[in-house]
Amino acid sequence: MAHWIEPHPTGIYVRPADAWIDPSQPQERALVTHGHADHARGGHGHVWATRETLAIMALRYGTASGTAVGYGEEIRLGGVAIRYVPAGHVLGSAQIILDHAGERVVVTGDYKRRPDPTCLPFEPVPCDIFVTEATFGLPVFRHPDTGSEMDRLLHALHANPDRCVLVGAYALGKAQRVICELRARGHHDPIYIHGALERMCALYQDFGVDMGKLRGATGVPAKDMRGAIVLAPPSALNDRWSRRLPDPIAAMASGWMRVRQRARQRNVELPLVISDHADWDELTDTIREVAPSETWITHGREEALLHWCMTHQYRARALALVGREDEEEG
Amino acid sequence: MRQFSQLLDGLVYTRSRNGKLALIAAYMREAPDPDRGWALAALTGNLDLKAVKASAIGQMIRARTDPVLFEMSRDYVGDLAETVALLWPRPGNEPAELDDGSLSLSAVIDRLHSVSRAAAPDALGQMMDHLDASGRFALLKLATGGLRVGISARLAKTGCAQAFGLDADDVEQVWHALAPPYATLFDWAEGRSARPDPEGTPYFRPFMLAHPLEADSVDLADYAAEWKWDGIRIQIVGTGQKNGGGTRLYSRAGDDITGSFPEVAQAFTGHAVLDGELLVKGEFQGGEAASFNALQQRLGRKAVSAKMMADYPAFVRLYDLLIEGDDDLRALPWTQRRARLEAYMAQLSPDRFDLSAVIDAPDFAALADIRAGARDAAIEGVMLKRRDSPYVAGRKAALWYKWKRDPLTADCVMMYAQRGHGKRSSFYSDYTFGCWTEDGELLPVGKAYSGFTDEELKWLDRFVRGNTVNRFGPVREVEKTLVLEVAFDSIHDSKRHKSGLAMRFPRIARIRKDKPAAEADTVEGLKRLVS
Repeated sequence: MAHWIEPHPTGIYVRPADAWIDPSQPQERALVTHGHADHARGGHGHVWATRETLAIMALRYGTASGTAVGYGEEIRLGGVAIRYVPAGHVLGSAQIILDHAGERVVVTGDYKRRPDPTCLPFEPVPCDIFVTEATFGLPVFRHPDTGSEMDRLLHALHANPDRCVLVGAYALGKAQRVICELRARGHHDPIYIHGALERMCALYQDFGVDMGKLRGATGVPAKDMRGAIVLAPPSALNDRWSRRLPDPIAAMASGWMRVRQRARQRNVELPLVISDHADWDELTDTIREVAPSETWITHGREEALLHWCMTHQYRARALALVGREDEEEG
Repeated sequence: MRQFSQLLDGLVYTRSRNGKLALIAAYMREAPDPDRGWALAALTGNLDLKAVKASAIGQMIRARTDPVLFEMSRDYVGDLAETVALLWPRPGNEPAELDDGSLSLSAVIDRLHSVSRAAAPDALGQMMDHLDASGRFALLKLATGGLRVGISARLAKTGCAQAFGLDADDVEQVWHALAPPYATLFDWAEGRSARPDPEGTPYFRPFMLAHPLEADSVDLADYAAEWKWDGIRIQIVGTGQKNGGGTRLYSRAGDDITGSFPEVAQAFTGHAVLDGELLVKGEFQGGEAASFNALQQRLGRKAVSAKMMADYPAFVRLYDLLIEGDDDLRALPWTQRRARLEAYMAQLSPDRFDLSAVIDAPDFAALADIRAGARDAAIEGVMLKRRDSPYVAGRKAALWYKWKRDPLTADCVMMYAQRGHGKRSSFYSDYTFGCWTEDGELLPVGKAYSGFTDEELKWLDRFVRGNTVNRFGPVREVEKTLVLEVAFDSIHDSKRHKSGLAMRFPRIARIRKDKPAAEADTVEGLKRLVS
C-alpha cells in the first residue's frame, strides 16, 4: 500500500511530489505542519505552510521562500492533491492531507482536541493512512479540564498577594494560550513576559490574537511584580533570571506535569497540566473517528499506542523518526 | 477527600519547610472533625491500616485495564500507586478527573478499617470511582500504609501546633497519651478543654541530638568524650509501677518499641527517664557489643520469641539521666547529670544495663589517636558533649558533636541500573555494582542510589543509556567497564547478594573514569573487611 509515501528517519518523503513533510534536514521542497523546531527549520529551498507558520518560520529560522497555503485550499504537486486543515496545536498548525492514486494520507503533525483561543480546532478527516504523533501515548496521560487548571493558577495568585507566580510555558503556543485563557477568566492585569517570549507574542498579536496588556519583565523593579503573573520559557524557572522576581511561586504549564516526579525534578511548586497535544483518550478516540486502514506513529510513546492499535484491530507501525520532541514542549 | 488530597499534593510540591507548615496549619484549622484527626494520624504514621497489599493493587488494576499498557505506564512513571491513580479508568463516560465530593476522609478510613482482606480490592475500586487522580493517589497511599510525602511525624505535629498557637514540644509531650482521631488534642488546641495530662503515663521526652564535628578540634576542658555505639538510640521511660506496663522504650523518632524488646522493659522498674543505646550482647564493637547487624534482627518485630531473645540478647548502654523520680534533671549541666547517672547505676541490673564509658584523654590530639585506633575495634566513632550543657531538645549548635569514623571504600564495577524513585524517576540512578572473583567473574556486592552530584547523575544516566547490553523489564544490564568508588560504613556476610556480602550505607563517592574495570577490587579483598 502507498509506495508513494516513504518514511525515513529524517522525515516523510512524498515521492511523486518530490517533497518532504517536516524534514529534520534541509531539503529543496518541504511541506511544514507547524513552526516548532522539531518540525520546522531553516535551510530549505522552498516551503509550503500556512501563512502563520511561514511568519513563525521567518521569525525563528530566517525562512525567506515559501508558499502560503490557506486552510482548506487545495494545491497540486506532482500529481498529488494536497490540502492543509487545522490541527489545533498552535497558531497556524495544520494537518497535511495528501491524495494520490486513489489513496488518502493524513499527516497530523502535532495536534490536540481541546479548544484553544489562539488557533482553529482540529478537524478530523477520514483517510486510508493516518500518520499520527503519540507524545502523550500512555494511558496515564489524561489531561484535566483546562479551566480547572487555570482556576488553580488564579487561586495561587490571589492567595499570595506579596508574591508573583512564574509560569514556565513554551514560547510558541503555550505561553500565548495561557495568556488568552487568563483574559477569558477576567484577569486583565498586566502580564509580565520574559524577553524570549516578546517577539512571538507580538507575532500572535499581528495575526489578531488579543492578549491584553503585556509588559517585558526585564528591568521592572521586583515590587511592581508582586501579585502578578510572569511568563517565561521553562528553562528560566531554575536559572538566574528568576532570582530577581519577588518570591516567585514556580509553576509550569505542560502535559508532563501530570507525573508528580517530573514536577519535582523541575522544582515546580504549582504544576499546571495544560497540554498542546492530544492525551491518551484523545489519541485513541481520534483514531476511531478517522477510521484508517493503517496507522503510522511518527514519534512519542509509540510502543503503547502501537499495542493499543493491535488490540483494537487497527493495522499500525511505528516510524521511529529521529529528532522529534523536545521534552520542554508538551 | 479533596481537602486531604490537596494537602498531600501541596506537601509534595512545596519545597520550603515553612510553606509545608503553613499548609498543614491551614488544613488543621479548616478541615472538619474527625477528618483532620485522621489526617494527622496518617501524617504522623499512626494510622494502622494496611487494608491492602501492594500486590492486590496490581491485581486490581490489571483486572480493569490492559496489563501490557499498565506495565508500560508503570515503567514510565516509576511508582505503582501513582501509575494506578493516573490511569484508573472510570466506569461509563464519567470524567476521570473529577472528584464528585461524596467521599470524606473519615468515611474512607472507616471503610478501610472495617473491610476484610478479601473484600478490600473491590471496596477500594469502588471508592476510586468517586475520586480524581489526586484523590486516588491519596487513597492508595492510605490503603497500603505508605504515605510518604516528604514530611516527618515531627513536622506534622509542629504544623498542627502552629495552627493553634501551641508549643511543638508541648504537643510532643502529650502525644503518646492520645489516640487517633485526637479529639482531646483538638479540644485543647481550640480552647474547649484543658491540656491533656500525660502524667502517670510513660510519655516521650524530646531527645538531645548532635551535629557532625566540622571544626579541627575542640577543647577537652569544655567537652567530655564518649564512644559512639552503633545500636539504636532509645529513651527508657519508667513510671515505677511494678505490675508491668510501667516502662516504655521509645526510639529517636518517638516510636514506641517496647514490644520488640520486652526483656529490657521488664528489667526496668524504676521511676525515671534515661537516654541510652540499645545494643545486642557480643564482641564485635570494641569487645563489648555485637554489630548493628545483630540488633537489626530484632527490630520491627511485634512479637519476640524466646529463641530470638536468647540468640540476640539485648541490653542498654546508658548515656544520660533526664528525670529521676520527681526531679527533672534536664536543666542541670552534663557533669551533674553524669554524676547522678553514675549513682543511679546501683539500682539497675547489670545484666541489662551498663554505663557508657567516658574516654580519658589529656588533649584533643590524644583523643584523635584513640579514635583512629578504634577502626580495628569496629566502633562507630566518638561523641563530644559540652560539660556545662543542659539536656535540651533537638540539635543545638556547639553542644553535642558526633565524630564518626571515616567510611571504608571499595572500587567496584557497575553491573546493572534502574530508574530511581521520587525526583529521580526519569534517571537511571539506582546502581548495582560488583567485584571480581578469582575466576574473573563479577559478583554483585551492593546497590547505591546516592553520593553523586546532579551533574554526575546526568553523566551516569547517559552512560547507562549508551552502554546497555541487555534489559530485564525495568533493569538495564550495562557493559562492565565503569568503575565506581563506593563508600560504606561497614560490610558483613549476607545472603542478599550473590557475593555473600552486603554493605552498610553504600554510596557512590567518586566515578573512577580513570580506572580500568579489570583493576577494580576483588570479593576476597572485601571479605577481609568483614569482622
